[in-house]
Amino acid sequence: MKLLIHKYINMKKIIAQKEIDVNEEGYLLDFGQWNREVGKELAAEKDITLTDRHWEVIEYLQEKQRNEEPLSIRGIKKSGVIDIKEFYSLFPGGPLKVSTLIAGIPKPKSCI
Amino acid sequence: MGETKVKKMLFILSKGTIENAYAAFVMANGARMEGIEAEIFFTFFGLEAVQKKKLEHLHVATVGNPAMHIPTMLGGLPGVEAFATKMMKKEMEKLDMPPIGEFLEILSDSGCKLWGCKLAVDMFHLEREDFIDELDGIITIGDFYARADQEGTHLLFI
Repeated sequence: MKLLIHKYINMKKIIAQKEIDVNEEGYLLDFGQWNREVGKELAAEKDITLTDRHWEVIEYLQEKQRNEEPLSIRGIKKSGVIDIKEFYSLFPGGPLKVSTLIAGIPKPKSCI
Repeated sequence: MGETKVKKMLFILSKGTIENAYAAFVMANGARMEGIEAEIFFTFFGLEAVQKKKLEHLHVATVGNPAMHIPTMLGGLPGVEAFATKMMKKEMEKLDMPPIGEFLEILSDSGCKLWGCKLAVDMFHLEREDFIDELDGIITIGDFYARADQEGTHLLFI
């Protein structure tokens, strides 16, 4: 995966009774270690209780990541899955940053 | 990386060139994406960026801009500014930068407040209907300062 070209500090963290490798910002380093329970616990750390709408967005983000398509707020607008207003209300405090963390995928590098 | 101390960014956009509008928009959007509040106050020529009829016609400044690396005399020739603008827009599209109108929609949907400067609006004899629907209001600079209502607020003039 693309993220491995960046030098990350590899840290271990116990999430949902599993030992997970994360970077210094808490992003998973290996998507293979992610499952829904891990996602739920990462969300809880951000005071978010995941609803069906959250899961739809998370699945969309993971699919984008699988296809190696870069994520951006403009992409969210065009996604047909969610609009920007709802995206901000589902994932407060920086929606792309927070949602990718929960989804177990790297933090987007784009400035837009 | 620690938590940022910046909680709110207030931008004043005073210029009507495309590069300055994008500077303000990218920084405001970037703030929202980091969970930082953002607001933009459009004044003087910056008002062009929120006028329905003008916002898609902003140009890059080719005269008096040494970073263009073309002689100033050349920059003033007919068509040069339009050409440079076209080239810049093409490059920005490659980076998936939205055009001005779409960018304003994104900012508004993201919770970034957009304000018109009352003094400049009066000076240019503009009306509310000249502006995009997303404009949150026409206010004075004093009103805008009052928006700096929390610790960690920063104000930036562009």
